[in-house]
Amino acid sequence: MLTIYKKELYSYLSSLVAYITIGLFLVVLGLFLWVFPDTSILDYGYATLDSLFSTIPYLFMFLIPAITMRSLAEEKKEGTFELLATRPLTDWDIVLGKYLAALTLVLFSLIPTLVYYISVYQLGTTLGNIDSGAVIGSYIGLFLLGGAFVSIGIFSSSITKNQIIAFAIAVFLCFFAFSGFESASQVLSLQKFDSILIGLGINEHYQSISRGVLDSRDLLYFLSFIVLFLLVTKTILGGRKW
Amino acid sequence: MGISVQLLSKTYGSQKAVDQISFEATEGKILGFLGPNGAGKSTTMKILTCFLPQTSGKAFVCGFDTSNDSLQVRKNIGYLPESNPLYHDMYVKEFLYFVGNTYHLQNLKTKVEQVILATGLEKEQHKKIGQLSKGYKQRVGLAQAIIHDPKVLILDEPTSGLDPNQLIEIRKLIKELGKTKTVILSTHIMQEVEAICDEVIIINKGKIVANNTLQGLLEEHQEKSLEPIFVKLTRDV
Repeated sequence: MLTIYKKELYSYLSSLVAYITIGLFLVVLGLFLWVFPDTSILDYGYATLDSLFSTIPYLFMFLIPAITMRSLAEEKKEGTFELLATRPLTDWDIVLGKYLAALTLVLFSLIPTLVYYISVYQLGTTLGNIDSGAVIGSYIGLFLLGGAFVSIGIFSSSITKNQIIAFAIAVFLCFFAFSGFESASQVLSLQKFDSILIGLGINEHYQSISRGVLDSRDLLYFLSFIVLFLLVTKTILGGRKW
Repeated sequence: MGISVQLLSKTYGSQKAVDQISFEATEGKILGFLGPNGAGKSTTMKILTCFLPQTSGKAFVCGFDTSNDSLQVRKNIGYLPESNPLYHDMYVKEFLYFVGNTYHLQNLKTKVEQVILATGLEKEQHKKIGQLSKGYKQRVGLAQAIIHDPKVLILDEPTSGLDPNQLIEIRKLIKELGKTKTVILSTHIMQEVEAICDEVIIINKGKIVANNTLQGLLEEHQEKSLEPIFVKLTRDV
């Protein structure tokens, strides 16, 4: 697994893919947080990072599928999957190695945003007037959200040879998992089950962690979400039917 | 030891790609696997390397069952797939280190140097795989198959796309490897079989139509070369 992980991470870092996607992510995030007046922290007047944490999930919806779309689709298209599958590696080695490499890249994209925390920390009227607990909680939430999106991305990449299709499916699934359930719960005939539907969506659990309370139920939700998608991916790879 | 295949079948949908074939391959011999396109050669090789599961029958590599002991089989096998898939944006050395790591090899540095020397990649070792010509890519493919010194080598058309000089070198290398290992190679070039193989299996439409030593096969059909035998056995009637 470590071998695959290293190879994947090197191949991300030695190509432009990683730098361009992470760079664009940071540029767009910067524009939203400091330039565009609607979401700008400066115009808002309060020393909070709320707009950061409400914007990133929507950026992740595009960033993460862009990172993961090639991971398995390309191997299958180029036939290099045959190289991997005929080594003494289990399917779990391959899936987990690729999953963790993409997740590491997501972590890399989150680290530079700590600058914003420091900036807002400095900007507070009394220095450091920011709810640090909530910020830490939100970062944990973001990381778990990233983990869930990466598992969706790897799964989408496993069902097709075409990277564009993998990307499109992943964006859709990420969006639906994040806010689709919540929106669906507002459909009149589904309102009976609205609490179940809301509970299925990522947003509900993400918000709950963002408040700074790390509830084991939310943690369990994210872990089972990730395991479920990776399990399906492994099963699809094992079937060799593509 | 070596390879033992018993009543192996593979069905894709309603099409029978491999139909109850049985054969043995022993250590120290090179087995030529012949047949028209679509006869089931590659499918058989993919089953032996645990890439595809068989529909029925058994295949043993070094005494390990391909369906139950897949990891053990894959440790003992070196495989060059037909299309020779490689990571084009990796460097030759980087790729060989990666492959070596998947086998958890000790002294990887010396092993990589040895295999580069053996396949004649010295001049190209610092290039990206994508920049290499077809012949050199084929050598990289061969290098990744032999880096862990496997007991069994499965080569799917190892000499396609090589120029005559490279052909001679690669054949020499395969012949050398065949002295200590079990080698199965598929090819469409009859002269190649005559030059390096000890035993020949001809497969047509998923069934074995000839399984003999090279000499035995020539005597049985009273021919001087393989080509007329191949045509006779595999032509549609």
